[in-house]
Amino acid sequence: MTEYIAKRLLQALLVLAVMTVLVFFGVNVIGNPVYIFASSECDQPCLDKIITDLGLDRPIWEQYWVFVGNLLQGDLGNSFTHGVPAMSLIWERLPATLELAVCALVIALAVGLPLGVAAGLRPTHWTSRIIMGFSMLAFSVPVFWIGLIMIIVFSVTLGWMPAVGRGDTVEILGVDLSLFTLDGLHHLAMPAFTLSLIMMAMVIRLTRAGMREVLFSDYIRFARANGIRESRILSLHVMRNILIPIVTVLGMEFGGVIAFAVVVESIFSWPGVGKMLIDAIAVLDRPLIVAYLIFVVIMFVALNLLTDILYSVLDPRVRLGGAR
Amino acid sequence: MSAPVVLEVENLNTSFLLPSGEVKALRDVSFQLRRGEILGLVGESGSGKSITGLSINGLLSPPGRVMSGSIRLHGEEITGLPHAAMRRLRGAKIAMVFQDPMMTLNPVLRIGVQMGDALRAHLRISERECRARSVAALEEVGIPAPEDRLNAFPHQLSGGMRQRVAVAIALLHRPDLVIMDEPTTALDVTIQGQILALVQKLCRERGTALIWITHDLAVVAGLAERILVMYAGRIVEDGAIDDVLDTPAHPYTSGLIDSVPSRAQRGQRLRQIPGRMPALTDLPEGCAFRPRCGFATEACAAPQALRALGGLGGRHVRCCHPLIPVPS
Repeated sequence: MTEYIAKRLLQALLVLAVMTVLVFFGVNVIGNPVYIFASSECDQPCLDKIITDLGLDRPIWEQYWVFVGNLLQGDLGNSFTHGVPAMSLIWERLPATLELAVCALVIALAVGLPLGVAAGLRPTHWTSRIIMGFSMLAFSVPVFWIGLIMIIVFSVTLGWMPAVGRGDTVEILGVDLSLFTLDGLHHLAMPAFTLSLIMMAMVIRLTRAGMREVLFSDYIRFARANGIRESRILSLHVMRNILIPIVTVLGMEFGGVIAFAVVVESIFSWPGVGKMLIDAIAVLDRPLIVAYLIFVVIMFVALNLLTDILYSVLDPRVRLGGAR
Repeated sequence: MSAPVVLEVENLNTSFLLPSGEVKALRDVSFQLRRGEILGLVGESGSGKSITGLSINGLLSPPGRVMSGSIRLHGEEITGLPHAAMRRLRGAKIAMVFQDPMMTLNPVLRIGVQMGDALRAHLRISERECRARSVAALEEVGIPAPEDRLNAFPHQLSGGMRQRVAVAIALLHRPDLVIMDEPTTALDVTIQGQILALVQKLCRERGTALIWITHDLAVVAGLAERILVMYAGRIVEDGAIDDVLDTPAHPYTSGLIDSVPSRAQRGQRLRQIPGRMPALTDLPEGCAFRPRCGFATEACAAPQALRALGGLGGRHVRCCHPLIPVPS
């Protein structure tokens, strides 16, 4: 196990190294950020000074080395627009995004699992058809459209829900969370639900497929032949088996949800990292974009590792670190 | 033959109600089983032998349904029992073991958890007693270091060990009737022998009635006292095992016996029954074996009744050209 984790961490470092190259060069050949800093009266010497200050006069590989050297010290540079370290901006915004993503995950599971089980138990019943139709829609209708329609219906027309912002927050363990205030929950509901839809659709489909497979397996039939109660069979004997693919897929998907909460955060003006990224791209704030991308890579690698570990806990046949 | 009757099956008809129509998987299956008796249920794939087992313990999955007939356990009707009542019977009175030991145990639950669930399905006992009983049950089926095995996952045991565990679970509540659906088919021959001996011993000690479903006549020959031969959902022959194997009355039974490879002479071509079983969706009128039978005549197209043969052991055959004489 430890050996396996060590190996995975090594791989992760490699992935990270490759990603720094891609991200750095990718971002640094786009546009010229100098004009953001230069006022309209700025003449050539003034422009040259800005270029020297930003280190843009040096060859690009040298810039890369400086970037990597700083990265190793945990320094991803100062944001051009905010003038503060990019990483601290991300840390500041991250709780809002994490809160949104975790809530979306919880909603996806809380709604998706029961619906999937229901659809799997009676696949030809009309309720199952409705559930599967819903999952198809949730999967294919664009998130931004759903978000906008929800705002139109619940905020504009009915006036039940706030359309934008995060609402009241309370500080818990040094982190601002809106999950624990009524106003915060009120603000959180629509964006979290919108963000959860794709995961929810996936959970429904995976659960249903798992049910269809596991319910007809010999071991479930054997459990029934032993007179074990149906509720116990469903909640333990079937569920354990179904959770394996769900955990795998959600583990990988969750990183994506955090990274690409961009759309939902933009629509609902949720002050998270996704919204920050969009703003950063709009003004070509290179360090902030790079810092965000590096952060996303690290998060994906960490989540994949976590998924593998969780997977081995759920499925005893999976032994991390190869056959023994 | 004076032991009390445990199971009576009478005119059991089971069908699968498919959109394309009714598929009759069992037709008028009748037999009874006494305490401690071992019955071999033999037939090809699709003959209805597994369906018979599932009909008895109420585990037919839709669209399968018992259409008519009666199944009585200790004289009490159990067809049409409510789900909850049927559940209380399963495992406690009627147990079942399935074919593939690799698939019979839940891959993600420890042996101890699976045994514990099977115990608690019918008993309210403490965690400690649960463990003690599980260990004892594993010991009985000859599993070494049973305490450690409780913490093992199925994949950590061999196929033979897993089937022993399955047998142990099936026998936990000392059921009156055990249905074994080809439990040794997927095992090595040596392991198969061990399991056979084990099951035979345990059932004898406890007076458990046993239905052993198989397509392997060699297995039944050494184990069962009585044999029931099924073809296309019907019983075509039954009787005491030695009588049937020595002097089969139905051409199908005879064909089955001839097909056992060990009976062939070296260098001789292996015998087989030509053709294959007709689809249950369009069974011919009368004898379903007719198209494959060397003795078939016009008369076989008429419906056949199960007729009693003379002699001991209550033999019956469903054939209008039986290979041994039928008293009229």
